[in-house]
Amino acid sequence: MVYGIIRLINFAHGEIYMLGAFIALIVAGALTIYGFSGWAILLLAALLAAVYAAAYGYTLERIAYRPLRDAPRLSPLISAIGMSLFLQNYVMLAQTPDFLPFPALIPEFGFLEPVAHIIGAAEVVILVTSAVLMVGLTVLIRSTRIGKAMRATQQDMTMARLVGIDVDRVISFTFIVGSVLAAIGGVLVGSYLGQINFAIGFMAGIKAFTAAVLGGIGSIPGAVLGGLVLGLTEALAAGYVSSAYEDVFAFGLLVLILILRPAGILGRAEREKV
Amino acid sequence: MLELRGVQAGYGRIQALREVTLTVGGGEIVTLIGANGAGKSTTLMAVCGIVPAQAGEILFEGESLHGLSPEAIVRRGIVQVPEGRRIFPRLSVLENLELGAFLRRDAAGIRRDLDHVMELFPILADRRRQPGGTLSGGEQQMLAISRALMARPRLLLLDEPSLGLAPLVIRQIFAIIRRINAEGTTVFLVEQNANQALKLAHRGYVLENGRTVLADTAERLLDNEDVKRAYLGI
Repeated sequence: MVYGIIRLINFAHGEIYMLGAFIALIVAGALTIYGFSGWAILLLAALLAAVYAAAYGYTLERIAYRPLRDAPRLSPLISAIGMSLFLQNYVMLAQTPDFLPFPALIPEFGFLEPVAHIIGAAEVVILVTSAVLMVGLTVLIRSTRIGKAMRATQQDMTMARLVGIDVDRVISFTFIVGSVLAAIGGVLVGSYLGQINFAIGFMAGIKAFTAAVLGGIGSIPGAVLGGLVLGLTEALAAGYVSSAYEDVFAFGLLVLILILRPAGILGRAEREKV
Repeated sequence: MLELRGVQAGYGRIQALREVTLTVGGGEIVTLIGANGAGKSTTLMAVCGIVPAQAGEILFEGESLHGLSPEAIVRRGIVQVPEGRRIFPRLSVLENLELGAFLRRDAAGIRRDLDHVMELFPILADRRRQPGGTLSGGEQQMLAISRALMARPRLLLLDEPSLGLAPLVIRQIFAIIRRINAEGTTVFLVEQNANQALKLAHRGYVLENGRTVLADTAERLLDNEDVKRAYLGI
């Protein structure tokens, strides 16, 4: 999403996801002590993680990307990698270099009992949340005033200024929305996998980017489809070949897509009349 | 209404405007003519706050525009139709028009103005759902002017509206500009097509190498020997 608007691969996006998971872990720990339970912990932890992540995302853009807006494209990219490394090491020093157990924040549902061996509550919650967020994001971008401003900024930043759009605010908003989504992802996946550490954002960021490229960058359903294709490829590779090779297959798929269909599965080629 | 006094502006080390001095009075059509690279577009971008003026003053209704954001300048009623039209290519015609009214909150007024521009350019009504990038050059120019009108400009800045268009379409566009002016909008027109521009305008300025070197009524500029030789090809 950020890439769509300012043509910057936000390498620190995965770190926001990781920060979201850490904040949720801390909040969940505190809430458990105070005797909260079940859904309340999950919702409060996710909410606080989202708020913190929004603040981090906003700050990240202000200090690391905005000063480089008019610089050559490589400069903000390097700045992004720098921020990614900084945030990883900051969390490693402030927290711990080891894996921490992450509580299963998603409670079990009684009515899923009969199918529990096929699909658990965590999977259902993750699927439903993803679907809701995808629809929400699509509506935001298609139909709201700020969504229209985002698309205009993406297509022609100077012209967006000339119609009176405050481009800086639109970009900040984009980072905030992206960061909130990353944090929610971090909380859900952390809860699903049961452990987190300072480096989980790195692979997640690269995989998310791969999924976005697979699906067609800038397309929301494309990103979801790309994620599914990527996940299935990994699972099949792990099942039929060896789990040691799942990343090989994932990135091999990326290379194939880039060669055969650079615009992605649902993407459109960037060509237009002028 | 608009007054530029000794304005200098540029990009990095390249100075595009050395000394631009001109005024546009309320209700007028004023044109700025000059060769490629004379600084015509930069003048408009300086007025709109996209390229900051390094020296000199830009006044709108007696107040300095110095340091204002492009957004604040649009809010004051200065709206530009930039060179090359700059339609948002993947937004529909309707969305392009709605973005023109981005800073307005009066839904009823916006709807009225939508009807008004679609009456000025009926082709836009037929193509309202089509992406802006699929329109022809002339249609895009009509859309760009309409998008600017959606902001209810008090001063409309037009940068080379005739660029790359067929003579028939140019005539149509210029007729609309005259009509917009007659309906009460002040127009500042930048053109390479000096002949057409001077026939439309009340007054004109000639820009050479970033300096305004000549100012007169449009009629006298059309008769001026230097202007004829340099810009009218006579």
